[in-house]
Amino acid sequence: MSTRPVITAEQIDALYDRLDREARAGGYNLNPEVEFTRGLVEGLLVNEARYGYWACPCRLAAGHREQDLDIICPCDYRDPDLEDYGACYCALYVSDAVVRGEQPLHSIPDRRPPAEQRAVPPAGPQHEEEFVGFTRSGMPVWRCKVCGYLCARPQPPLKCPICKADQDRFERFL
Amino acid sequence: MAEPKGHIVGEHAEHTVMLYALSTCIWCRKTRQLLEDEKVTYDYLYVDLLEGEERQAAEREVRQWNPATSFPTLVIDGADCIVGFKPDAIRERLGL
Repeated sequence: MSTRPVITAEQIDALYDRLDREARAGGYNLNPEVEFTRGLVEGLLVNEARYGYWACPCRLAAGHREQDLDIICPCDYRDPDLEDYGACYCALYVSDAVVRGEQPLHSIPDRRPPAEQRAVPPAGPQHEEEFVGFTRSGMPVWRCKVCGYLCARPQPPLKCPICKADQDRFERFL
Repeated sequence: MAEPKGHIVGEHAEHTVMLYALSTCIWCRKTRQLLEDEKVTYDYLYVDLLEGEERQAAEREVRQWNPATSFPTLVIDGADCIVGFKPDAIRERLGL
């Protein structure tokens, strides 16, 4: 049986402040219900301690990064869920309308495909031969699967400058 | 620290209530709080705190009721399943 790591209030405060700052900088909002949001931040810290990454607190993680890439927070499904429901699956991130109190929040269906429909792509640059010579500069274009940010450079950035997703959340776009 | 499983005795024991949950999930926590507030007798299982064969068995159980294997999954009387935190649906099904 696995034990659930103990997280201190100071750790929660520090990550809450960081996520709040980064969300605002990128045009996103954390859920303004502070106690609710602190509970989710605690879940992220628990998952960081037991898996090594911020697996979504509201989904069952496999515990292997390559199988959980799409549900590392912020997950691949956050932006479409914000669009359709005003909140991500956990409701850690919410829309402007929710912040203004114009849209009620409730539990939403999980957009993530079931396990047997999820293909696990190999990590890093892939299918190199399919993309040769696509761009005029000869430079590949990378797309952040979380927020859609595009950049042309030899490798994706270590962190997405918009949503702070890690390098392995990028896919080759061109 | 959360126990991986448990049986909670309340005042309402008319139904068999099984809550499949994650220890980190806020919507699961809200569902459990609702059952506590309504003093329902129920069993719970934190699937993320299980390992090995026990976890695989729990995942199979959840999948039978809810192919998406999402949480919370609440199974009532071994007959009906409510996925997600849906207080009205839960109260109605439990006659609260």
